Amino acid sequence: MSSLIEHPHPKERRIIFENAGKSDYTPDIENYLAHGGYEEAKKAFTMTPEAIVNEVKASNLRGRGGAAFPTGVKWGFIRRDDGKPHYLCVNGDESEPGTFKDRYILHRDPHQLLEGMIITCYALNIHLAYIYVRCEYTHAKEIMEKAIQEARDRGFLGKNIFGMGFDLDIYFHEGAGAYICGEETSLLESLEGKRPYPRIKPPYFPAVLGLYMAPTIVNNVETICHVKHILRLGSAEYAAMGTAGDGGTRVLCVSGDVMKPGPYELAVGSVTLGELIFDICGGLRPGRSLKAIIPGGSSSKVLRANEIFKIKSKADDGTVIDKEVPLLDMVMDAANLAAAGSMIGSAGVIVMDDSRNMLWALNNLNQFYAHESCGQCTPCREGVLWMSKLSTRMIAEGTQESDSISLHNIADHIAGRTVCAFGEAASWPTQSFIDKFPEEFGAQIAHQ
Amino acid sequence: MDQRAHNTIEQTSSHGELLSHDDVLGSTLSQAERITSGLLDKVEEAITHYPVSKRSAALPLLHLWQNHFGFIDESGVEWIAAKLDLNSISILELITFYPWFRQKAPGKTIIRVCRTLSCALAGSYEIHEKFCKSTGIDPTCEGHHGIPTSPDAKFSVEFVECLASCGSAPVCLVNKDLVERVSLQDVEDIIKKNS
Ligand SMILES: Cc1cc2nc3c(=O)[nH]c(=O)nc-3n(C[C@H](O)[C@H](O)[C@H](O)COP(=O)(O)O)c2cc1C
Ligand code: SF4
Ligand code: FES
Repeated sequence: MSSLIEHPHPKERRIIFENAGKSDYTPDIENYLAHGGYEEAKKAFTMTPEAIVNEVKASNLRGRGGAAFPTGVKWGFIRRDDGKPHYLCVNGDESEPGTFKDRYILHRDPHQLLEGMIITCYALNIHLAYIYVRCEYTHAKEIMEKAIQEARDRGFLGKNIFGMGFDLDIYFHEGAGAYICGEETSLLESLEGKRPYPRIKPPYFPAVLGLYMAPTIVNNVETICHVKHILRLGSAEYAAMGTAGDGGTRVLCVSGDVMKPGPYELAVGSVTLGELIFDICGGLRPGRSLKAIIPGGSSSKVLRANEIFKIKSKADDGTVIDKEVPLLDMVMDAANLAAAGSMIGSAGVIVMDDSRNMLWALNNLNQFYAHESCGQCTPCREGVLWMSKLSTRMIAEGTQESDSISLHNIADHIAGRTVCAFGEAASWPTQSFIDKFPEEFGAQIAHQ
Repeated sequence: MDQRAHNTIEQTSSHGELLSHDDVLGSTLSQAERITSGLLDKVEEAITHYPVSKRSAALPLLHLWQNHFGFIDESGVEWIAAKLDLNSISILELITFYPWFRQKAPGKTIIRVCRTLSCALAGSYEIHEKFCKSTGIDPTCEGHHGIPTSPDAKFSVEFVECLASCGSAPVCLVNKDLVERVSLQDVEDIIKKNS
């Protein structure tokens, strides 16, 4: 757990990691209570459920799992009094390459997650909730289940919690090593004990036909933790930390060729990519220069060093102008990365320097997607394997002029033609690597 | 419930956790014939977590079974299926889908090296190769629901995809423990310690 550094960088604004980052912080309930734990859960029960949902809407919290969907809007799809059971499934699968933030919450601050879940469940009239976590977190089950038991013993979970006449059970559920289970409908199938083939949307939006075909909210671990802080700070102060329509703080996970990789919690929109890499992460290795950045987990489109983006922004008089923004001056938030043709995704920033070969890097990712396709749709199942075989062969035997065209072509025929967004996730690396670094995909001799 | 499951409970040993490796390899009895009261208690408890549908307990039961026996044999598939009122195929199709589950005995120490990009950039291929070479495992071998295991059955080594610790790459799991920033020297130490 060594990459969550005890002393935050001065630019960091730690809310979610405020406690998890302290080396003497322990995951037991006494310690959590001593740090103001469960105060917001108690406060929630003095509010109406509608008021909580409105606070979350006003906070401009966006999901931290990948799609950056506004959490309050998602919650608004649940009708509290439709007479159906509702469920909450917290997504702790954390399997998007480059992403490593939920692990610190699950291992070091389990009660923060439970408190967020209690508030969420009360707001949405949910009495049964699951935390779905990848089994490679081999100690998380023990830690989370102990926390659940402690909360039960205190009357914070179970029947009549906080003496407020509300029942809530939370259980921990382990995955079994499959990336696709992070996709929300796959997660639900997995939780139902079935082969985790994603469901097709529409009609199977979780908020309509979710777990056991009942309205279900799936939110990321970090997203749910933010809920507590929205109640603590109030939605106005929380929203003000971020940018328009994108409130609060967000954990950016930086890995690859930087001197100080790690998870950094920053106010949304408070740093540029250049500040993140050269200031916060200590820059590149000596003598190296920047080559590429994958900004939002392995599925997001790669950005090339020295790229200049045309991004629309509002001038002082309110007119919209096209501004030219070099890569390193680009602000790290959902809106800017989308404008640059990529995405904030899971905020897993993978940095590559000039010593790296882009075909080799792409092949590594292609092998990942080939291994992880669930196999349900033909374009994805066949296409990702084909791309992986092709890029492997290009490395071993040399590249022919037609290879990059074939690779791109296969990717083009996967994206948009599959049951779930894995199809796009698997195609974007190939499309963007070839588009951005064409010189590395032309005819050349074998690399070995 | 499957009658055989009932009958076999009596032959319990006191093992709550993973049996010793000799038990895993040496027994001629099927796993279902060696189920213990400790394991059964955990199974019953796990099922209570899913009040809406028992079938949801499939993964937890598979985990309990594999943690106990080291892998899941045919009798395990049948026993779990019967316990959850399912056909065997509904359990078997989970084992063949999820990379974590195995149908063959692993080595005593299981080493899972992260293969994905951040770790690869930090040298995980060299780490994997060194683990394989020092334990006598063919690094190109793929497990197919067994797991590549050394001839002396002391080690299993496999590549896995991103372990979500990319900030301290390269990483590997040695049984239940995450080892961060693994160096070639660490590989030697891990092998020595577990030999
Ligand atoms: C292929 C794929 C993998 C995903 N993996 C994860 C994951 O590991 N963790 C996660 O929280 N969301 C993941 N997501 C996003 C979820 O489907 C879902 O949008 C998210 O959990 C919703 O939570 P949020 O609104 O709080 O972000 C993945 C999506 C796709 C398409
Ligand atoms: S796109 Fe791929 S991962 Fe998604 S359902 Fe289809 S085959 Fe499965
Ligand atoms: S790439 Fe190895 S832990 Fe993520």
